Amino acid sequence: MKILKIFSLVLSTFVVSGVFASDMKVGFIYIGPPGDHGWNYQHDVGRQAVDEAFGGKVETVFQENVPESADAERVMTQMALSGADMIFATSFGYMDPVINVAKKFPNVKFEHATGYKTADNVSTYSARFYEGRTVIGHVAGKMTKSNKIGYVASYPIPEVVRGINSAYLAAKAANPNVEFKVIWIFTWYDPAKEADAAKTLIQQGADVIMQHVDSSAIMTVAEEAGVYAFGQASDMSEFGPNAHLTAIINGWAPYYVKRVQQAMDGTWKGGEQTFDGIGAGMVIIGNMSDKIPANVRKEAQDLANGIASGDIHPFTGPVNKQDGSPWLASGETADIGTLLGMNFYVEGIEGDIPQ
Amino acid sequence: MDFSDINFSLLIASLIVAATPILLAALGELITEKSGVLNLGVEGMMIFGAISGFIVTIETNNPWLGFLCSCIGGMLLASIFAVVTQIFRANQVASGLALTLFGLGLSALLGQSYTGIKPVAFPDMHIPILADIPIIGIILFQHDFIVYFSIFAVISVYFLFRNSHFGLIIKAVGENHDSAHALGYKVILIRFFTILIGGAFAGLGGGYLSLVRVPQWTEGMTAGAGWIALALVVFASWQPFRLLIGAYIFGGITLLQLNLQALGLEINVALLSMSPYLVTIGVLVFMSARRNKNSLDAPRSLGKTFFGL
Amino acid sequence: MMLKIEPRKNRSNFLEVSAPIIAVFLTMIFGGVLFLSMGKNPFEAIKLIFWDPIMSPTFSEYSRPQLVIKAAPLILIALGLSFGFRANIWNIGAEGQYIMGALISGSIGLALYPLDSMFIFPLMILGGIIGGIFWAMIPAILKIRFNTNEILVSLMLVYVAEQILALASVGFLRNPEGLGFPGSRDLSKYPSAANPELIANSGMHMGVIFSIIAVIVLTYFLIYHRLGFQIKLLGQAPKASKFSGVNSNYIIIFCLGLSGGLAGVAGMFELTGPAGLINIDFNVGYGFTAIIVAFLGRLHPIGILFAGLLMSLTYVGGELAQFMLNIPAAAIQVFQGMLLFFLLSTDLLVSYKISLNISNLNNKKLKSMKE
Repeated sequence: MKILKIFSLVLSTFVVSGVFASDMKVGFIYIGPPGDHGWNYQHDVGRQAVDEAFGGKVETVFQENVPESADAERVMTQMALSGADMIFATSFGYMDPVINVAKKFPNVKFEHATGYKTADNVSTYSARFYEGRTVIGHVAGKMTKSNKIGYVASYPIPEVVRGINSAYLAAKAANPNVEFKVIWIFTWYDPAKEADAAKTLIQQGADVIMQHVDSSAIMTVAEEAGVYAFGQASDMSEFGPNAHLTAIINGWAPYYVKRVQQAMDGTWKGGEQTFDGIGAGMVIIGNMSDKIPANVRKEAQDLANGIASGDIHPFTGPVNKQDGSPWLASGETADIGTLLGMNFYVEGIEGDIPQ
Repeated sequence: MDFSDINFSLLIASLIVAATPILLAALGELITEKSGVLNLGVEGMMIFGAISGFIVTIETNNPWLGFLCSCIGGMLLASIFAVVTQIFRANQVASGLALTLFGLGLSALLGQSYTGIKPVAFPDMHIPILADIPIIGIILFQHDFIVYFSIFAVISVYFLFRNSHFGLIIKAVGENHDSAHALGYKVILIRFFTILIGGAFAGLGGGYLSLVRVPQWTEGMTAGAGWIALALVVFASWQPFRLLIGAYIFGGITLLQLNLQALGLEINVALLSMSPYLVTIGVLVFMSARRNKNSLDAPRSLGKTFFGL
Repeated sequence: MMLKIEPRKNRSNFLEVSAPIIAVFLTMIFGGVLFLSMGKNPFEAIKLIFWDPIMSPTFSEYSRPQLVIKAAPLILIALGLSFGFRANIWNIGAEGQYIMGALISGSIGLALYPLDSMFIFPLMILGGIIGGIFWAMIPAILKIRFNTNEILVSLMLVYVAEQILALASVGFLRNPEGLGFPGSRDLSKYPSAANPELIANSGMHMGVIFSIIAVIVLTYFLIYHRLGFQIKLLGQAPKASKFSGVNSNYIIIFCLGLSGGLAGVAGMFELTGPAGLINIDFNVGYGFTAIIVAFLGRLHPIGILFAGLLMSLTYVGGELAQFMLNIPAAAIQVFQGMLLFFLLSTDLLVSYKISLNISNLNNKKLKSMKE
């Protein structure tokens, strides 16, 4: 090992260590590759927005493919050690690691996406994606001719169940004859499996496909089969110019820029829980295809505007649970607690949530 | 519950498509294993084939050239394995695993600027007259070239091992490399060759994923298909036709599961997802239990390194 | 052919040490070219991977213990596997045994939550061992009873275990206070079940200490115990071993049991310490990487110790290189792949003698003349 040591010593003398001129260093960790055109891609778009907004004042670094295990804790610690002042952890499973690392670095500011644990230097943020699903649910209800809407779902967790329910309620309101077919594939990301699920739904008569999984495979399949689909997380029209109706785009950029700005100004606070939707621009309804009739486009836009202004709540009574028991009385809106822990289908959806 | 929602001829037609990548990869691995080499790097070769084929198709707009290059890509990766295990005599299990790691990394690296692009469509070949037969036409005669090729390849491999001289040599090498060597066969050369063929098939299977079945490039898109292919070879007890049936059963179980879910049937997804592996173990046991009655078993030198020259 | 390859009778110490250094050096050159082609400073990248985790003033204080933590499960699993590999018993399903060990021990811990007792942790260790052994006994018994190929059975069982893990994390082990998200309670926050660092910032948790003990015990075992000798004999000369009274069934049970038990307990220590909770992503491939570690360590406990640390270094250092220089994760994977190929290939120099052999050629000629 002596040779190695000498070699490395020689090496290190040649290496000029970088001098950072920036005021602030912000780190991001991603669960997958930013090239996925889905979840991670949008977080990376947010990171680039930070780069652009602050010019040379802020340096951003990122690490991709960080598993939600012991590795996440190590990666964040190393980032903090390397001088990061702020770290965005962009997946739910980083929750406990974030809390642990935050304890060790009280001066580093942590932002954790989609979790529920905070600390003095940890804030959380999440998006009301179900608001977007209400809008595309309406479009789907209007666009289906077979009255069958396919839904490819990942894991049976509240976030996904909430999306199915909000989409269903909107679709049902737009078209009383509508029927949902849900397939759970127990993965967030497996293009071949997602494609298979979409093909199955199409073969069973679905002519509009919704998805709560990350890849763009479903869009490609929809394009080939001549049915409609929606972009997930990003605009996916390049994968299906004819199939793509609109998209729910995750708009992290405004939030990231805002929080970094606050950190620079000294106004950043920990312990905050942001849960924003269309109104704050965290959920963006993408360009609507001209395949959608103009009146439906207008209805969808009005719906989005109403949700943004707070006039419309996607879960407004009367709504029953799947078993017929009442959930929301007429005019009542869902409370945040029920939404965050949602583990039931609303009345009208067939099938069971696994487990 | 309305079973009329399931269109069975379409279901069978799409399970054939769904099974083609693993069928091709498994067929390649079968040839490799027949010569006594266990290459666990199928996943790596598949995904490298997927990206090689994809890049070439995007650059040339010619999917035929793309498929050719996915074969070449698979072979390139296989050649690393061949050099390491056949020339440097490294352990096959460890080298295969390293190959998977390497292939996944390299493909992701090369594919960085190829996400979010769609390749030109690879046309289906409707076979005249036959394609118009009701039901059977949809199931069998409206596929693309690669599907037909995969079936043709299965038949060829069957005859290769059944009555060709070369097939017998491969088998001899796989059964006992020392005696094959004593008979004057070039063990290393033959194994080098079968490893490359295995790579070509795995690459083609990967190319089919990125060019037809999904069609797009995303990192890690094989998502374990290579490992299923490995299971399949065992399931088929190294018999090409059983491999074909096995691939369709594997694909079929997945698709049937999805179909039942779409009907709203309550099914245990996890239990169904593990069923192919449990069935494979069952088949293995069944095969091994009657080992003495016939010769349907693993090549005896499988995974062992040959140290002669 | 005039080249001849045969096992070395006396391994040369010089080659034992220099072969891995040559391999690392070759990887640095090829990896450097790779990084250069991506427009990154190759010297800086390689320094970040191999040097900074150990020596840099910024990182080393934290990274050094991390190297140990990351290496511990790899070493523990590889140790168990190496015995089987020596006897030609190929357990490549350690990943599954690792999962099952974690699941059984996790189930015990979660069932007893929030009971406070000093017996819980030992009970969970036992659970981890039993879980791993149970999963490894399936291929073992099938091999003895039906002569079924253990490579394939153990591999298939990895997928079965992964499905059970998914089932557990969204189902029966899900944290009742977790708002419906997948994943169990955090066992590292449950004092009776936790496996914390024993000395702060040393990286030394029970699993690490267990690994070190295992290295010592198994080294002794391999060299001095009768069974160690029998295992080597069975691998090198199966027929001779039969004549000398080695019970191969016994060895199969022993080797698979050892590797399963160690993999299972590695899963338990990882679960209760660094990972904390059962989740869909709980397994990150230690069981497969350990196979490579076993071979890099030439199936010898001391070698495995070093190989595990080297492997862990490429992970920890690779992460540094990624976010310090913006090198994609994929490039680090390729770099690791290269390192493995070079290490595996240079092994030929150590274990085997390559020589020009003319008499062999003459023998062959003679043989063909006779025929």
